[in-house]
Amino acid sequence: MGDVDTAPDATSRAREADAPRNSSVARFGVDRPLKLDAGVELTPFQIAYKTYGTLNAERSNAVLICHALTGDHHVASPNPVTGKSGWWETMIGPGKPIDTERYFIICPNVLGGCMGSTGPASTNPGTGAPWGLEFPVITIRDMVRAQAMLLDELKIDTLFAVAGGSMGGMQVLQWAASFPKRVFSALPIACATRHSAQNIAFHEVGRQAVMADPEWRHGRYFAEGTSPRRGLAVARMGAHITYLSDAALHRKFGRKFQDRENPTFSFDADFEVESYLRHQGSSFVERFDANSYLYLTRAMDYFDLAADCGGVIANAFRGAETRFCVVSFTSDWLFPTPESRAIVHALNASGARVSFAEIVTDKGHDAFLLEEPELFAIVRGFLDGAAKARGLKNGK
Amino acid sequence: MLSRLKRDLTMAEAARAPGGARVDLLLVADMVAPGSKVLDIGAGDGELLRILGEQRGVDGRGIELSREGVNECVAKGLAVIQGDADTDLADYPDDAFDYVILSQTLQATHRPRVVLEHMLRIGRNAVVSFPNFGHWKIRLQLAFGGHMPRTDNLPYSWWDSPNIHFCTIKDFVVLCDVTGAKMDRAVAFNAWGTPLRFNAPWWFWNLFGEQAVFLLSRRG
Repeated sequence: MGDVDTAPDATSRAREADAPRNSSVARFGVDRPLKLDAGVELTPFQIAYKTYGTLNAERSNAVLICHALTGDHHVASPNPVTGKSGWWETMIGPGKPIDTERYFIICPNVLGGCMGSTGPASTNPGTGAPWGLEFPVITIRDMVRAQAMLLDELKIDTLFAVAGGSMGGMQVLQWAASFPKRVFSALPIACATRHSAQNIAFHEVGRQAVMADPEWRHGRYFAEGTSPRRGLAVARMGAHITYLSDAALHRKFGRKFQDRENPTFSFDADFEVESYLRHQGSSFVERFDANSYLYLTRAMDYFDLAADCGGVIANAFRGAETRFCVVSFTSDWLFPTPESRAIVHALNASGARVSFAEIVTDKGHDAFLLEEPELFAIVRGFLDGAAKARGLKNGK
Repeated sequence: MLSRLKRDLTMAEAARAPGGARVDLLLVADMVAPGSKVLDIGAGDGELLRILGEQRGVDGRGIELSREGVNECVAKGLAVIQGDADTDLADYPDDAFDYVILSQTLQATHRPRVVLEHMLRIGRNAVVSFPNFGHWKIRLQLAFGGHMPRTDNLPYSWWDSPNIHFCTIKDFVVLCDVTGAKMDRAVAFNAWGTPLRFNAPWWFWNLFGEQAVFLLSRRG
């Protein structure tokens, strides 16, 4: 993890949390508190977001993109922190499946994130210091509530579509359950109605890695001038394995050595896959806040749509007029196809209009972020059909 | 009814090359009331759902076994899910649809009786189309050729055929009795897609109908 020490200092990350670059920010004052599932009110708070395309006169072409655990709102434009291109530029843009010439795209940073929406790295107005562990524990439903307040602010009543993968897909499902009248169509990709025991277990390993880092200081690393980089990097390394698949790892790395022909008989990164994971870990800590990682993984763990509806998922979607398109990937072992099938069964049972496609790929859970022509065709076709039903004009 | 059918067929021939399957789909579509809610079991590439949507304005959903078929349907904007008629119909609530359609799929199901019972539970009406194994060509091949019949419509060898539960029109009528299904309409047609005379007796249909379409409803 050689380049870890060149990471930007903690204060620059804290600045991004309060004043994000290249972003719009909606601020909600004490007159508009956010009521959290934890039973407390968060106020004041802010939501950072990006928009692409133009809202039509009827305000009927808005598409909300919900990002995944370690994603952010820079979905279709360069990320100001990493300098890399937007995380879903393959999907969103002019002429792309989610066409910015046709739709008005809104992507907010999630509540609890560290890229401009209020989270543990943001300044607590009560103390003037970062929230840290004093930040209340949040849920997927809280994230969606905050997004609904953002839409109110933007004067958008009904979304043409809500789309997202993984934790983004959980938000999509929560949107459809919490605000069915505001969602015309929904695209939950590679997700589930609840976080499985195995997934909670993986998250717990990640959190323990962060908390075991002596530099974490019970979440007060900003105040103490430290940074739990090693712990967060280990958490990321473990999690990253779950986003891939055995086949994809084998295809990419096999047992190849890294810049050497023979093993060194040491614990150096002999194998390419080790070097790759170390790089994933160290580059992650440069852009992500450790406490934010704790809060967001926790929000995913708590997600259980059925538990909110008397144990029956179908009740969450009762009477839904939303059009759904559920997508899963054959090699995704974090949110395997049976989880998506459970969503589909529930939607069928509640009489909702649902499409479901499973895409064959060896790229694992992360396939939703990658070049998958079949996914693009399905998203494009689904949105075209929905646009027709919604009476949206073709292109600009 | 027949004259309308014939008119539809003429239109179909004008629009595209005539073929057994397409005519069959149009006959099925003709049995569905405009604007109704329909579940198509075995949606294939979505052709029937497309016809139903465009010509009859139905709110259509589909189940399809093959992943390729499903993904093709979804990319066309159709509400289709991957699923198996033999196992997944149990998940649907009662009276969820006006019509449940099983087009050219009955003979490929493991338990046709259970499938038909589910269809009439999920939908108020069921439309079933199937190849008639009592057709004279098939009888001749088995009786005098001494081998399992193969026709343009049923081209498979016995060892790789997906069709495991063939029946004749007469057999299907028995299944309707057993399951308590009421037959509201029936059409049999020959290899050229021409419907047989409406007032022809059952034995005539059973001998000269290459395919049949039945509109059923729950008795009582």
